[in-house]
Amino acid sequence: MRKRVSTGIFVAALGLGVAGLGVRSAGVAASALPRPATMEVAIDNFAFGPTDLTVAAGTTVTWTNRDDIPHTVVSTEKVFKSKVLDTDEKFSSTFSTPGTYPYFCSIHPKMTGKVVVQ
Amino acid sequence: MSETNNDEALPGHDHDGVDRRGFLKCMAWAGTGAFYVMQGGVLKSYSLSTRLPLGSTSTAELSFVQISDSHMGFNKQANPYVFCTDTATTEKVNRLATPPEFMLHTGDISHLSRPEEFDTVDQVLKSASAKDVFFVPGEHDVLEDDGKQYLERYGKGAKGAGWYSFDKKGVHFIGLVNVLNLKAGGLGSLGGEQLEWLEDDVKHLKHSTPIVVFAHIPLWTVYPEWGWGTEDSGQALSYLKKFGSVTVLNGHIHQTMQKVEGNVTFHTAASTAFPQPRPGTAESPGPMTVPADQLKSILGITDVTYVRGKHSLAVVDSSLA
Repeated sequence: MRKRVSTGIFVAALGLGVAGLGVRSAGVAASALPRPATMEVAIDNFAFGPTDLTVAAGTTVTWTNRDDIPHTVVSTEKVFKSKVLDTDEKFSSTFSTPGTYPYFCSIHPKMTGKVVVQ
Repeated sequence: MSETNNDEALPGHDHDGVDRRGFLKCMAWAGTGAFYVMQGGVLKSYSLSTRLPLGSTSTAELSFVQISDSHMGFNKQANPYVFCTDTATTEKVNRLATPPEFMLHTGDISHLSRPEEFDTVDQVLKSASAKDVFFVPGEHDVLEDDGKQYLERYGKGAKGAGWYSFDKKGVHFIGLVNVLNLKAGGLGSLGGEQLEWLEDDVKHLKHSTPIVVFAHIPLWTVYPEWGWGTEDSGQALSYLKKFGSVTVLNGHIHQTMQKVEGNVTFHTAASTAFPQPRPGTAESPGPMTVPADQLKSILGITDVTYVRGKHSLAVVDSSLA
């Protein structure tokens, strides 16, 4: 039992150390931005939620289709393009370069969104 | 139909919508569609649920049926039995007093552009009395491959992304494609190449030629917030101004709607798969679930009668209930 506890504490300490490293390498604006390396966008009711998403460079954004109709996630600048996502299917893209990335659903082009990478 | 009250995935339910356990379920469903008769240059449409009086079409020059939005492969709550409603549609076609000469399918044949979905619709349509079916694609038919598969299957003799025209007993039919190269934030789109072809196609036709244009997304602005319109349809319609009788048949919105503008009658057909809400009455234009025993009445169609040259229109709504 004691051995297991100490292992747990060791792992936790290691985790904190890694997180600390992450914060230091993200740059000056890091404290204002979401810490997790993955952000979620839900697709539902013919809309991306949130429509506008701001993330730190290096973040992976995952879109999940919660609608009962298929949708796609297509960058207007052709930077990324999902296959057709039926209900519950996902698409991920990692944003390494700062900039603005507008996208839309190529099946229902009125559905638009934007990822802003800082 | 208490079975359809299940919220979870239906057991024994294949992707093409066929319930292996209970084919009998199909018997309870009625299909939808619009049956057209050309009589003396005048286009009349009838609900498929209307039994035409015997001999009423004896002077008909031309009769055809429009079906739309079969979405084979859709299996969510709004209609877990798309195969059944599609089958019921062809059965209705076969029971018409005057068999239609051919059918128009205004797109969204499949739900996910999967080969097996197209195959199933082809199988279902084989049992229709009208052997010739003229298609135009919906946005669900051109997923992943910019419509290559659609063209291979249905685009023989067509130009570009699948547009074409043909004549039947003096009526000129034009199939247009407005579901490709869609721009972010935009509506349906015909594109320059297709518009040029259209202008040329109708250039030498006599003004008295009845014209029927069919395309998936409405060629009039039904509700732009939901993408229900076509960016450059105005230009297409300008080439048809000279004709005394123009009928535009569309699908996409899964409900019947019509409008008259000068010499042009616009008509959208119901889907044979599932209904969608009236413009602005819901958060989004997605599949609308109704109680199972009401689905038939929602899948009903609208009878449209118009008189060429007189710009008058009689509209009669009739459901399949």
